[in-house]
Amino acid sequence: MTVESVFPRLEALLPHVQKPIQYVGGELNSTVKDWDACDVRWALMYPDAYEVGLPNQGTMILYEVLNEREGVLAERTYSVWPDLEALMREHGVPQFTVDAHRPVAAFDVFGLSFSTELGYTNMLTALDLAGIPLEAKDRTVDHPVVLAGGHAAFNPEPIADFIDAAVIGDGEQAVLDITEIVRAWKAEGRPGGRDELLLRLAKTGGVYIPRFYDVEYLPDGRIGRVVPNRPGVPWRVSKHTVMDLDEWPYPKQPLVPLAETVHERMSVEIFRGCTRGCRFCQAGMITRPVRERSITGIGEMVEKGLKATGFEEVGLLSLSSADHSEIADITKGLADRYAEDKVGLSLPSTRVDAFNIDLANELSRNGRRSGLTFAPEGGSERIRKVINKMVSEEDLINTVGAAYGNGWRQVKLYFMCGLPTETDEDVLQIGTMAKNVIAKGREVTGTNDIRCTVSIGGFVPKPHTPFQWAPQLSAEATDERLAKLRDSIRGDRKFGKNIGFRYHDGKPGIVEGLLSRGDRRIGAVIRAVYEDGGRFDGWREYFSYDRWMACAEKGLAGTGVDVDWYTTRERTYEEVLPWDHLDSGLDKDWLWEDWQDALEEVEVEDCRWTPCFDCGVCPQMDTTIQIGPTGKKLLPLTVVNS
Amino acid sequence: MQRIRLRYTKRGRLRFTSHRDFQRAFERALRRSSVPMAYSAGFTPHPKVSYANAAPTGVASEAEYLEIGLAAHRDPELLRKQLDESLPPGLDITEAVEVRTANFVERLEASEWQLRLAGVEPAEAAAAVAAFLAAETVEVQRMTKNGLRTFDARGAVAAFEVDSAQVGNGNDTGTESGSDVRTATPCAILRLVVRHATPAVRPDDVLSGLRATADLAPPVPAEVTRLAQGPLDEESGTVTDPLALDRAAAPAGQ
Repeated sequence: MTVESVFPRLEALLPHVQKPIQYVGGELNSTVKDWDACDVRWALMYPDAYEVGLPNQGTMILYEVLNEREGVLAERTYSVWPDLEALMREHGVPQFTVDAHRPVAAFDVFGLSFSTELGYTNMLTALDLAGIPLEAKDRTVDHPVVLAGGHAAFNPEPIADFIDAAVIGDGEQAVLDITEIVRAWKAEGRPGGRDELLLRLAKTGGVYIPRFYDVEYLPDGRIGRVVPNRPGVPWRVSKHTVMDLDEWPYPKQPLVPLAETVHERMSVEIFRGCTRGCRFCQAGMITRPVRERSITGIGEMVEKGLKATGFEEVGLLSLSSADHSEIADITKGLADRYAEDKVGLSLPSTRVDAFNIDLANELSRNGRRSGLTFAPEGGSERIRKVINKMVSEEDLINTVGAAYGNGWRQVKLYFMCGLPTETDEDVLQIGTMAKNVIAKGREVTGTNDIRCTVSIGGFVPKPHTPFQWAPQLSAEATDERLAKLRDSIRGDRKFGKNIGFRYHDGKPGIVEGLLSRGDRRIGAVIRAVYEDGGRFDGWREYFSYDRWMACAEKGLAGTGVDVDWYTTRERTYEEVLPWDHLDSGLDKDWLWEDWQDALEEVEVEDCRWTPCFDCGVCPQMDTTIQIGPTGKKLLPLTVVNS
Repeated sequence: MQRIRLRYTKRGRLRFTSHRDFQRAFERALRRSSVPMAYSAGFTPHPKVSYANAAPTGVASEAEYLEIGLAAHRDPELLRKQLDESLPPGLDITEAVEVRTANFVERLEASEWQLRLAGVEPAEAAAAVAAFLAAETVEVQRMTKNGLRTFDARGAVAAFEVDSAQVGNGNDTGTESGSDVRTATPCAILRLVVRHATPAVRPDDVLSGLRATADLAPPVPAEVTRLAQGPLDEESGTVTDPLALDRAAAPAGQ
């Protein structure tokens, strides 16, 4: 059955909406395949606005990996803004893909990538617009398999009612494996219907089917246990780990949008994983072990990617880019090669480290010299020990001193508020640090015209981290603490005017905390928020704390638990956590010990350069750290324009 | 430095590109196709490109213009092909002429627009156009950056008629989008020539004027296409080729 494009109906609506170009597709390097020539079809969604979703590397990689396969088709879909949503409802236009404008409900798999939990209500909007029943139990054999991935999928329990399946970890190989299972089941005439397809996926041990598990609760509201409710379903579901990044040089042909998006550059992931062991960092914990792309692999990706896109900037992505074992050769090699072409280079994530000033100098050789950003995360020496962010104030001051000495005039510092064991004093130290930074800058440059911007986010404890047991600071306490810091900065006559102060209030963090560590009972809250009009919760202008709290009160009525129970309550060792049956590879006892170490302010080294601390990932998952140096040169290729 | 003037289009669904969107797409196409661009000096060098008179977002165009500066000499036609291949279909480079004359932007005196009014009977449109032309002034309002402004939409109109040759035919420039599902309904196609003046009178303003003078309210938004911009021949109410002077000034053999 050929599926018709909804574009003619959509086109008539586009003159009435903001930024219509985001809905028309046709991006450079996008793919439209013949529907009938494919037997497995994926709709991939990044559940946020196009401008945020298009540059998402995960979605872009899976899109390309799938479309490269014979007989497999993948198209993209993003959240539509409320102006278009209203028109689509009025005119009966369903959620569509931007590639061939096919209705999402016609695909075999509807895969959603959740970088953040704040996309959950957008998923419900998309399902409803697509005409797919919101709850998995109401779907038939003709509806797509609704599949969640991305970091938030490491605890999919809050959306357990709405998804059919979740995959945790790297997606490249996983989507191909799932494709083969779907293909075989379809070729056999879809035996056993939807249930059997899901069972086949569950039996692999790498796809979590929430419906195949029952959750039992204790009288006090905690979880008693989570049990598979049919034979053949494993007790725990494992994460996926791709071991050789050079075998997966994606995206090869990055999408180039016509509409403006949040990142417009050729991004190359230079390594995956991080073993620094920052205790707040979920990404660092769940993406272990460290796997480096080779210097030659990086060089080729940059070369081909620039040719395919025409981007004028290269971003070297990872959780801590300066940690690549050959980063100095990589940056120097790229700077040498592309100096003539006015290609800018950036390391979006670097540590507070004098070495990074050399890198930054290398990267800004072509003239572009924007602000430098560092993330000490905690204001006091003590709190940095608690979170295992091993940076001393002395390191930081030396580093920024070098930066100012090298011509930078603006330094940005990122911090968190609400970290475990934090006091007002720890947060007030952020102001002191900013003053010391400016004092150093004035000393080095001999001018008073020095700026330091302090940016503070609220800390949200995340699953699969040592802080998964920690109490979250309430919104009110967060706001009070930040107000004290603001007053102390503003009140400083010598430095106050040179310190920029940006922070988020504590309210969104509480909702994020509720969704991050929630269990299946939170599904009713998400649904209530969606039905009350909740959309784009990651956007300040759409987010409504009051709506979330009112819906939580309604949705959790009769359960004996409430928002505080999920957020500001500290958990004990014995408690069954909602995500315990999802195996990130990390040993729960190791996480607990690390949590105890945090409370005792004991630091743990990076296992890349020190012996193993038995976090559990490497032996259990049959994975190992992969780092260089390889001793290879960046690029044996030709000079551009010759 | 060699300078080249280019004529380009915004066709089909790509009419929804804003001018900024087009600029980014064009500059990336320059990079992909390795055109030897001249760059501005300074802290952040930019390729030398100047754009003239961009059509509004959502409006299709057969006649947009820009000028680029090259660091090395290139054959204009080869350059045109190279750039056109590098741009998405719909954003097409249709002409390239080496710059031989000054004051190009001043030559863009007027635009010829095609307004496709689906769901409107040609006779009804003709009556509305006649009423519009009969009026001495037609006051319309538009929201601008400085608030709601009222101005005359009539004075700048040099020609306005129902294009009888094209009635029922539709706008074929949008075929790539395969958009026309409304062929079964009546459709009026208007040809409009507007002088470039301050404040600029846009096709939208003239449509507002039709509503004001003749109560003409198309059931769906008009599809608007710029067919030409250039010097205005007042007598015939037609717009001529703005690149003609550059062609004429080219040395023999080119």
